[in-house]
Amino acid sequence: MTLTATHPAVPAILPPRGGLFGSLSDTLWRNPKLLLFLMLTPPLLWLGVVYLGALFALLLQSFFSIDEYSGLIDCRFTLKTYGELLQAANVDIIVRTVTMAAAVTVASAVVAFPIAYFAARYARGKWKVLFYLGVMLPLWSSYLVKIYAWKLILAKEGILTWLLAKLHLLGLLDAWLSLPVVGGNSLSVSFTGTFIVFVYVWLPFMILPIQAALERVPGNLVEASSDLGASPGQTFRNVLLPLALPGVVAGSIFTFSLTLGDYIIPQIIGTSRLFIGQAVYAHQGTAGNIPLAAAFTVVPIVVMGFYLWMARRMGAFDAL
Amino acid sequence: MRSDRSQSAPLGLKIAAACGLLFLHLPLLLIFVYAFTTEEKSYQWPPPGLTTQWFAATWNRPDVWQALSLSVQVAAISTAIALVLGTLCAAAVSQTRFFGRETISLLVILPIALPGIITGIALRAAFNLAEIPFSFWTIVLGHATFCVVVVYNNAVARFRRTSGSLIEASMDLGADGFQTFRHVILPNIGTALLAGGMLAFALSFDEVIVTTFTAGQQQTLPIWMLEELVRPRQRPVTNVVAMVVVLVTLLPILAAYYLTRDGDQIAGAGK
Repeated sequence: MTLTATHPAVPAILPPRGGLFGSLSDTLWRNPKLLLFLMLTPPLLWLGVVYLGALFALLLQSFFSIDEYSGLIDCRFTLKTYGELLQAANVDIIVRTVTMAAAVTVASAVVAFPIAYFAARYARGKWKVLFYLGVMLPLWSSYLVKIYAWKLILAKEGILTWLLAKLHLLGLLDAWLSLPVVGGNSLSVSFTGTFIVFVYVWLPFMILPIQAALERVPGNLVEASSDLGASPGQTFRNVLLPLALPGVVAGSIFTFSLTLGDYIIPQIIGTSRLFIGQAVYAHQGTAGNIPLAAAFTVVPIVVMGFYLWMARRMGAFDAL
Repeated sequence: MRSDRSQSAPLGLKIAAACGLLFLHLPLLLIFVYAFTTEEKSYQWPPPGLTTQWFAATWNRPDVWQALSLSVQVAAISTAIALVLGTLCAAAVSQTRFFGRETISLLVILPIALPGIITGIALRAAFNLAEIPFSFWTIVLGHATFCVVVVYNNAVARFRRTSGSLIEASMDLGADGFQTFRHVILPNIGTALLAGGMLAFALSFDEVIVTTFTAGQQQTLPIWMLEELVRPRQRPVTNVVAMVVVLVTLLPILAAYYLTRDGDQIAGAGK
């Protein structure tokens, strides 16, 4: 297994092993490159050929176009499909999705920070385990079940309306729902609902990297800051936040990317206005317009590529 | 003032952290209550009454059983493939230095880092181009692709902690490569593989986005649930299925935690 043999030509002290396995073992030991090749071939064949091949096939199709009359795909190189992508309706979809992804990312960071900070700095022993599992269980629970739970909560006859009625706050809910963009008939058919569910589902992905980054901040830095007369707010802004930022950026990669590509949450809880994922799904399914669907998927790839490049410059990958 | 590690947290932080954890867990607990409600037509709260009749009703549903059995088969085969590919990749990356090593780590993580819809539609487009009919195996192909990363993450973390001199010692003492693998390497990485395998199983069992693109007429359990979410027909049965799914995914996660807890790695951090 260890492939640091420096002089493969040095004669073996022991006589060569007999039998098929023995000689095979000897051959592999003498030729570490062969062993490496054998170990890497199966995974690379799978990921390189099946996965990357599929990605390239997809990207290739975004340069094809669809014939408007026959509905057949024209396999000649053209940028026409990308022109279609820049139509007002499609740009709307892209802007809406990116805005939602940004809002979800900011909100998750705000909700995640106290949990991560408490778990990293104050939780010890049993509490540490509790916090760890408390984040892990929702992370690994079924994605659809989580959405379903929110469908139950946000339904008009559901628990949230009931709770607000008990607290005599229904007026507040109605006022919020009558707002132009974020409102709607009920929470389960509004952008507010979509937003809450996105934050809920991706929150653990934000907590874990922030916690990992905060674990590495020595506690005495925070104490030194307050000893030197900084208020808790100043300590947070000038000491804690800069040190935790790589973790926040690492978490935001997940929340941003996952929101960009999701099509199930806005389909189940949200308005009839489309997100990128839904547009991709609609174009490849009933419309059969694979080139446009492929061009749509290029948007998240480009956005994420740019985002990852920025994150790398901020050193976020050390916190993963 | 001496620094004191056991000082307690400010009240505001405690409340914020507690509210965050409640926000994460209350929705899941709500599912448990709804599984017992007598209400069939709406999501009414509070439930008008409690009953256990829906458990029996769900038990007698052949479509639920079929979806469940398909999901288990797909998850089992995908996990097996991911275990082999992920371990090979982790061994190669962690034990050697070679050109393009970083690229391989990136390649393994890519199916998870890119939104699922891209993986899904890319595979679908490729199947269409190659004229492969959608079947059980196309689902497995998709699932195994993104399960590799979970096994890989766990195995790489363990390989890093396993001392290379153990392997050299085994070889010096006359064991051949296969004996070293069986008696030295495998016992060392065994629990990490078990944990990775269980997480891969949970990931595959739950996957819906890629599956909608790579499945033909077959219904896995998540696809069955998705149908019910989009067009609710049997709300009580869905409630029961949702509750069972929560309970069933709980077990592998707890088990994976106990298998890897005395390590430095985070078992599921790379989902």
